[in-house]
Amino acid sequence: MKLPIYMDYQATTPCDPRVFEAMRPYFTETFGNAASRNHRFGWEAEEAVEKARGQIAKLIGASPKEIVFTSGSTESINLAIKGVAEMYSKKGKHIITSEAEHKAVLDTCKHLEKLGWDVTYLVPDHGARISVEQIAGALRDDTVLVALMWANNEVGTLNPIREIGALCHERGVLFFTDATQAVGKIPVDVGADNVDLLCLSGHKIYGPKGIGILYVRRRNPRVRVVAQIDGGGHERGMRSGTLNVPLIVGLGAACEIAGTDMAKDAKHTSELRDHLERRITEELDFVHLNGDREHRLPNNLNLSFSYVEGESLLMGISDIAVSSGSACTSASLEPSHVLRAMRVGDELAHSSIRFGLGRFTTKEEVDYAADQVIHAVKRLRELSPLYEMAKEGIDLSTVNWQGGH
Amino acid sequence: MAYSKKVLDHYNEPRNVGSLDKASPDVGTGIVGAPECGDVMKLQIQVEGDRIVDAKFKTFGCGSAIASSSLATEWIKGKTLDEAIAISNTQIVEELSLPPVKIHCSVLAEDAIKSAVNDFKSKQGKGS
Repeated sequence: MKLPIYMDYQATTPCDPRVFEAMRPYFTETFGNAASRNHRFGWEAEEAVEKARGQIAKLIGASPKEIVFTSGSTESINLAIKGVAEMYSKKGKHIITSEAEHKAVLDTCKHLEKLGWDVTYLVPDHGARISVEQIAGALRDDTVLVALMWANNEVGTLNPIREIGALCHERGVLFFTDATQAVGKIPVDVGADNVDLLCLSGHKIYGPKGIGILYVRRRNPRVRVVAQIDGGGHERGMRSGTLNVPLIVGLGAACEIAGTDMAKDAKHTSELRDHLERRITEELDFVHLNGDREHRLPNNLNLSFSYVEGESLLMGISDIAVSSGSACTSASLEPSHVLRAMRVGDELAHSSIRFGLGRFTTKEEVDYAADQVIHAVKRLRELSPLYEMAKEGIDLSTVNWQGGH
Repeated sequence: MAYSKKVLDHYNEPRNVGSLDKASPDVGTGIVGAPECGDVMKLQIQVEGDRIVDAKFKTFGCGSAIASSSLATEWIKGKTLDEAIAISNTQIVEELSLPPVKIHCSVLAEDAIKSAVNDFKSKQGKGS
């Protein structure tokens, strides 16, 4: 077993060797510009791009013509939300989203607010889920777009996408979903799931970094977006710029593998995840699962260890690469906005750790991680005045705390 | 984030972890910070005359907070009360090479010392 152990698959994934092999010739031998129509170099590049477009479309149940290549989900999110806003502003200027969205969605919405748009930020339930009823209650005559993530990147919670999509279609409102964490892990079908716009990113599904797509529905309804990057009119005018052929080939290969290996990967990771949780909760008290136990990704485990601060815990398990919702891990000093949106309490937010498992995680690694976590939490609780007080039976919420920042 | 060697040393082998009897008249207890801020320090001193003869701490917080409070107990042991409250957070920042985002940890440690000394003094005031 090699140290350190990678357990941060929601942050990024290694490139699958099969993906890397597929990409390799497109850096050096088959290097043409896919937009060159006059010679073999261009034709070969275009052929590779169209093959990849088909592989990607197949994974999400789309038509190849509905796939627009971008640099990744952040760009796709910007294109979807700003592009729709610009195209449909005559209809209205209202967008619905959730407080638990990724910053790329939240910051794009804030940008539009400065331009005069009205944005409703729904508060999810304690498991980070948004309900169809909440959407129904927030829809207005001037609502243009509902933007809601399929799977949450921190706690893995799945939103009821199909039902929300159906509601949006019934009300004539466009529906965009950030499926960056969902694609490749659970079945996604833009047709059956009533999605109008969807983004995904290569590096979350064992593909390369710097490549992603925006799915833009062409029928029922035909969705149009105003390009945010102007130039040569690539990608049917929606996103200019020379296509990055090797990365596109890699994304295509990653999507094909994701499709064939999905059930196997999901079984593998969910078994390991459940094993990890069982090991930890058998040994430790005051451990909370963040997120929705029923509706969640197979490979995500977000736990709060009460009375232990997240960053100090990360220091204690330095052989394991995980991330924490604690403020101290970021420059902002604010704990995770997702856990705050879930109203779990800042104290628990500071104590949270996200374990992300993947295709290459082994049982040996999970057992090692469990041992490390159990040891570190026990040690830090010996150091924790809060644990001492809790054991003495003091209700921490009744204490009048002095100072702090 | 990379931690300084001294922070790692205090984190891995914290000095003076534990609790003193907070009801005892010669013990002063300071608890500063708040759980929702991610930092709570409990620092206790045992005093003979005006000299600190023992110090203990427990900290809920990041590695820098643990190191700051561990260092604080090390420094105040053997000092008089006046010498202890003269310790400033900037000395802790320097000793542990804390980056700007961790300065609040050193402030909290300074506050914890002052709070423990005040608690001791107020006990003495009541006693006499």
